[in-house]
Amino acid sequence: MIKNTPFYSRHLAAGGKMVEFAGYNLPLQFHGIIPEHQRVRTTVGVFDVSHMGRIRISGSDALAFVNQMTTNDASTLAVNQAQYSVMCYPDGGIVDDLVVYRFEDHLLLVVNGANNEKDTNWLQEHLRGDVRLQNITETVAQLAVQGPKAEPCLKKICSIDLSPLGFYWAARAKVADVDCIISRTGYTGEDGFELYLPAEQALRVWDELMLAGKEFQIEPIGLGARDTLRLEMKYCLYGNDIDATINPLEAGLGFVVKFDKAGGFIGADVLRRIAEEKPKRRLVCLEMKDRSIPRPHQKVYADGVEVGTVTSGTMSPSLGKGIALAYVNRKYAATGTELEIEIRGNRAKALVVSPPFYKHGSRKK
Amino acid sequence: MTEIPADLKYTKTHEWARIQGDIATVGITDFAQKELSDIVYVEITALGKTVKQNEPLGFIEAVKATSDIYAPLSGEVIEANQQINKAEGEAPAMVNRDPYGQGWLCRIRLSNPAEISGLLDSSSYAELVKRSEHH
Repeated sequence: MIKNTPFYSRHLAAGGKMVEFAGYNLPLQFHGIIPEHQRVRTTVGVFDVSHMGRIRISGSDALAFVNQMTTNDASTLAVNQAQYSVMCYPDGGIVDDLVVYRFEDHLLLVVNGANNEKDTNWLQEHLRGDVRLQNITETVAQLAVQGPKAEPCLKKICSIDLSPLGFYWAARAKVADVDCIISRTGYTGEDGFELYLPAEQALRVWDELMLAGKEFQIEPIGLGARDTLRLEMKYCLYGNDIDATINPLEAGLGFVVKFDKAGGFIGADVLRRIAEEKPKRRLVCLEMKDRSIPRPHQKVYADGVEVGTVTSGTMSPSLGKGIALAYVNRKYAATGTELEIEIRGNRAKALVVSPPFYKHGSRKK
Repeated sequence: MTEIPADLKYTKTHEWARIQGDIATVGITDFAQKELSDIVYVEITALGKTVKQNEPLGFIEAVKATSDIYAPLSGEVIEANQQINKAEGEAPAMVNRDPYGQGWLCRIRLSNPAEISGLLDSSSYAELVKRSEHH
């Protein structure tokens, strides 16, 4: 049974082309991936991300538990701070990537929608000490308001001053008179916020947001543009660029693997060994030199020899050319290396470039 | 609503053919362009060649996927829409804007006009689209 998010009626009203994604009916696009992409890069767009899994962890051992389950160091989080992180299997393969929020009396894990059940079970199996796990996905709606005009737009209907809110910090506020958690987070490379709000009041917030954003040409944005926006930033998509057969070091996520944190974490031993030996393959950014557009599963070649595989590929609306993420043999991962991708029987030239592809995002650092 | 002109013939793979004498003008349907969305490149690889019915005529690149275009009918591919074929920039988006008009793709000189009777008429194609939309 495919579920609807609280915003389903609004997607239909806005002409959304609905598809099944992570068990939900979600808009693939409204009036086109390219214009929606540009909307977020230039002013502001709204994403219904209610399909993401939201897991509340409480109890006196909650922080220690989350720290054991994730690779980043959750113990460094201040109250109301968030961090990007990864959960690994003992062999170093990735269970999921996620955002961890620390609040006064609990933590909130925001995971990929398609992995919600798997992650919940994985966490449940490892519960120890005084820890309670509650999956609150269905009762909480989630919106991402993204773009350089996200702050001036939200400011009009938000009870708190957003300007002091730092990147990856959260606050409680009323938005359109509804109690929300608001954080300066997102997956587009632009400045922006995510809102967590009671599902039953979700439509009120949506409608007020659309009114407030009118002067900035605010629009709802579909999954299609969500994918091109994240790909231009080299943000990984679980199921494409990372999965149980990939470890965070080869995925370029070493910056959230903290070997020295107290208590260790699941997968640490194997990852430490991989770090010492250096990963055999690396996730690289490839920019096409001609007009061809790379797609997932295409093979990557160097001097006629197969050296890797594309995991994500698209036409970049910002760059106007084909871009890809690909795992390649470490020897060929250096910026400036010329490679070839086999596209429809032809070997098309591609260049390894430094991330992100799009370098003008308004994202706060 | 999906537009399906009554005077055209259709394939199950969402191409249309406008037949005038022994020449068929070929494009993709309104349903197909909506499914693909954001078309950024079109190449008629079979231009100048002889193709059999259902063989690839070329391909269409949209932002999110690449799709083959299949020959509705056998014959020689005598012309491609110069505004669109291998064009860069905004031109390929004409297939999204006007799939049955300025967004036509190529012309085929038919070698076996008997195949025409095997194509779908607009009402049969409308049924097919309806089933695809409510899958």
